[in-house]
Amino acid sequence: MDRVDLLEILAPGILATVQDSGRQGYRQIGVAPSGAADSYACRIGNLLVGNLDSAAVVEITLMGFQARFKREAVVAVTGADLGACLNGAPTTMWTAFRAAPGDILAVTAPVLGCRAYLAVGGGIGVPTVMGSRATNTGAGFGGLDGRALVAGDVLPGTRPQAHLHCVGRSIPAALRPTYTSAWILRVIPGPQADQFTPAGRALFFEAVYTASQKSDRTGVRLDGPALETQPGAPGSILSEGIMAGAIQVPGDGRPIILLNETVTGGYRKIAVVVSADLPLLGQVAPGDTVQFQETEIPTAVRRLRQVEAAVDWVRACWTD
Amino acid sequence: MPPVIRHLGDSGLLVELGTGIDPAVNQRVQQLQQRLQRENIDGLVETVPAYCSLLVVYDPLKAAPEALKRRITGLCRFEAAVQSDEQAVRDIPVVYGGEDGPDLTSVADYHGLSVEEVVRLHSGRVYRVYMIGFTPGYPYMGKLPEALNTPRRETPRTHIPKGSVAIAQRQTGIYPVVSPGGWQIIGRTPVSLFDTRRDTPSLLAMGDRVRFLPVRPEEAAKWTG
Repeated sequence: MDRVDLLEILAPGILATVQDSGRQGYRQIGVAPSGAADSYACRIGNLLVGNLDSAAVVEITLMGFQARFKREAVVAVTGADLGACLNGAPTTMWTAFRAAPGDILAVTAPVLGCRAYLAVGGGIGVPTVMGSRATNTGAGFGGLDGRALVAGDVLPGTRPQAHLHCVGRSIPAALRPTYTSAWILRVIPGPQADQFTPAGRALFFEAVYTASQKSDRTGVRLDGPALETQPGAPGSILSEGIMAGAIQVPGDGRPIILLNETVTGGYRKIAVVVSADLPLLGQVAPGDTVQFQETEIPTAVRRLRQVEAAVDWVRACWTD
Repeated sequence: MPPVIRHLGDSGLLVELGTGIDPAVNQRVQQLQQRLQRENIDGLVETVPAYCSLLVVYDPLKAAPEALKRRITGLCRFEAAVQSDEQAVRDIPVVYGGEDGPDLTSVADYHGLSVEEVVRLHSGRVYRVYMIGFTPGYPYMGKLPEALNTPRRETPRTHIPKGSVAIAQRQTGIYPVVSPGGWQIIGRTPVSLFDTRRDTPSLLAMGDRVRFLPVRPEEAAKWTG
């Protein structure tokens, strides 16, 4: 597979992992999809450097990440603006540029959003496990040795030289998501919404929640008003299948929005974030505010169609 | 009785086929999953069986939820519960107590039983695997004898060793990978429940039948592999 030493991690920062579009089809044996928390940024980054949109990238969290290129490669940084610099000079986000051997890519200061994606031409060449290169840190497989990256790790690449013609590719501003620190996420009422009191349900849509410092790749934990359940509603429900975007409300009444690391859950779900907004959910940083807006399934599907149309448009730009 | 089908966002349908931890309900969940897999429905991504529900994950750009609901409802005609007693029983060796089962003594004390009685009760029946969830390969099994009905620990542990055999209420389970957890740990198995190098990574699947086999610590090594 022409595997080469590509990228040496000098500092992982808060959390850096290898991710891709995730692992499908294994939920029934307890294996969550994992994958890039902001799938849109990951996919676009890949297309900018001439990869399939499902290729593996490095997901960088907030601050402190630094890595050195060991090969010439084409690179794109997408997702959160974390102040990415190449050899100290700011890079242009959502644009493919060239990195030479010895060049150092670092994030210097989080501006907006939570996670940036480092896509490299040829992709990160770690082995696939159960059909994906995504790191499942909970169970310890996928990615690089099933764990978060540490200083001294060297990530393999696959024929990076074959992608150098992609330097200079960029996408129009209209296709770059607008990040914020005051998020409004669209939701569909959840399967146990009726177990909350009308006041509890109303409060959920009126409240301005704050993403807690305890948020991570498993979920965004929210600080804010506790939601009241119907008298007599049980403290928990029997475990059932769950998906990214599901908003669980445990006994303390404070919602947790799940990302893609959980397959089953035993807490009631008041609402579920629509698929089109999941990439934005992956960008909610601790301290950001979150509000919820109710929508309907046909509207949600229309929004998802727009997202997919944008990805298709970008892909078509460079299909020979 | 038609199923209750609820939306889990714009790409999931939760099909409820009954309530509680009930082998007859769980068999219906298993049957519906098998039927859906055979149907080869365009846009169906995967299904997640649980105690009394099946989550159907679909691609909303390929499958319309209302049509999918009708299709699922049409597959929910079940005959009387099929007996699955003829299915082979898998023996899982367990070293009970000591460092491997730090909660065995307190579970015995809680019920006013001897440690030996707890082991005899836990290993004395065949359990059904109701679902796999929580972590890769984690089997939720039941029902535990009422005499062992024990609440979860008040403070969950942050680091439970791989292979730990645990109980909570009328359920028993095995932690396949190191993880946090709140169940009472009564023993440990040397058998690997989850291994990505195997063709079938999860040792157990929903519907399997399992019996625990008490072994001495020095016997455990021969089961590893």
